[in-house]
Amino acid sequence: MTLLQIEKMTHYFGGLRAVYNYGLSIEPGQIRGLIGPNGSGKTTIFNLITGIYQPTEGQILLEGKQLNGRSPHDIASMGIGRTFQNMLLWRHMTVLEHVKMARYSKLTYGLVGAFFGTSRRHREEAESEQVAFKLLKMMRVDQYADQIVLNLPYGAQRRVEMARALAMEPRILFLDEPTAGMNPDELVQMMDIIRKVHGELGLAIFLIEHRMRVVMELCERIQTLVFGEVIAEGIPEEIQNNPKVIDAYLGKETVE
Amino acid sequence: MVFFQNLINALQWGSFYALIALGYSMVYSILMLFNFAHGDIFMVGAYIGFGVATALVALTAMGNFALPGWLVLALTILISMFLTSFVGMFVERVGYRPLRDAPRASAAITGLMIGIILETGNLILLGAQRISFPSLIETSTYQLGGVVVTNKKIMIVLVSIALSFALHQFIRRTRWGMAMRAMAFDYAVVPLMGVPLNRIAALTFAIGSGLAAVAGILFGVAYPVLDPYMGILVGWKAFVAAILGGRGSVVGATLAGFLLGFIEMFVPMVFPSTFRDLIAYSIILLILVFRPHGFFGEPYSARLRL
Repeated sequence: MTLLQIEKMTHYFGGLRAVYNYGLSIEPGQIRGLIGPNGSGKTTIFNLITGIYQPTEGQILLEGKQLNGRSPHDIASMGIGRTFQNMLLWRHMTVLEHVKMARYSKLTYGLVGAFFGTSRRHREEAESEQVAFKLLKMMRVDQYADQIVLNLPYGAQRRVEMARALAMEPRILFLDEPTAGMNPDELVQMMDIIRKVHGELGLAIFLIEHRMRVVMELCERIQTLVFGEVIAEGIPEEIQNNPKVIDAYLGKETVE
Repeated sequence: MVFFQNLINALQWGSFYALIALGYSMVYSILMLFNFAHGDIFMVGAYIGFGVATALVALTAMGNFALPGWLVLALTILISMFLTSFVGMFVERVGYRPLRDAPRASAAITGLMIGIILETGNLILLGAQRISFPSLIETSTYQLGGVVVTNKKIMIVLVSIALSFALHQFIRRTRWGMAMRAMAFDYAVVPLMGVPLNRIAALTFAIGSGLAAVAGILFGVAYPVLDPYMGILVGWKAFVAAILGGRGSVVGATLAGFLLGFIEMFVPMVFPSTFRDLIAYSIILLILVFRPHGFFGEPYSARLRL
């Protein structure tokens, strides 16, 4: 079954048409890319799918289940994990706490257990910690587990954010410019990690990226978004040579 | 001797301040608002405690069986915590949730109004006369080298320390507590990690109100006179303690509550007692000048936005 299916999604901010007639279908295990100039509506699409905004029109299905109208926490626990363009971490919490927090919806003990420290609570929290450590190892940040996230190097913070998204055991991972602001070393490491996540967890990934090299190397199919509309879709080579895409990026009539 | 006697009294007053301050501090940390109705929730908690205790006493009289006084008190505390937590959740649902994205001043004004509604509502329901809290346990007095200690004072201090320890553990070690700490940083990302914001917000109010109810009942045990305005002054003082403790810090709010009790008790040893509040709050003002974030608060920083 198609993992994520979006049909004819349109969204207005007041009178401004931010996204128009957007469609997407992602199969399990695919890596898909979304590119486009600044302000073309890429992050808005992420926000629409994850329930932060409700689309004005269109429908969104995750494994056949409708996402429209659901609350963000519902959608997240149904299986969409995401990271953010400007890296939103809880600055004074430790790395391990970040990852454990994201396991909230996977734990089942109730308030009584929480207050009285039942064995179920202890067991679940201990298991959750094990899963968290496994993810931190995978992201190569386990050595920072007990540090406050603010004190980590930039690249490591990015990877903590990714570990946090993975801790929800998502069916699909949304990455919003995962390599933004990275130096070449960190960039290579991040691309490695994305490949590893994809390979080891068999996870579908939906990627927003500005760096052509990253999208071209990682993605199976790429969409190009300009003013909220998809102007081109295809495999990396097609996109690279598509005159419309070149126009949008280098500018002919459209100026960025 | 006088010193130790005052110490005991300070611990008792500190217990009330600490229990109420915890509710202020948690709500402030998680929802970025001061629940100015919190002092009145303390009052409501005391009245609910009064109702529950009276009902329990009547029940035992009717059923013609005797429960030990401490058991009635324990049941009163548990049942009243439970009932008052619904008052807190109701206040959050009706008063604050619609204002979550409104300017903070609106939320503050709402809090003050809810406080007035609770006070006058009580006045209409039960009238202006004071109510005396049923005496559930016998006072036994101990002499420790000239210092008078009662079993009630010991109980009050132990209960409040035990509860703030329990809350501390809850916030450190459980998924709910962790969600509360994360919400102190933002509302934007927390739900995207699968955490239901509204449930956590309601829970925060429930816990804060439950603790205020305990404070109300303990207050009734120590000073068995309840009136609809009893929450105002105690509430404001606990609010000061919450600020002094630092945003969202359980340890801070507890310590600051006790510190406030100490200052209030010890100032009259040196100065005329009419100067008590003036000097006590000048000291606190001075502390805040040097530590504006309180004892354990982190410097204020803007919330994360998408």
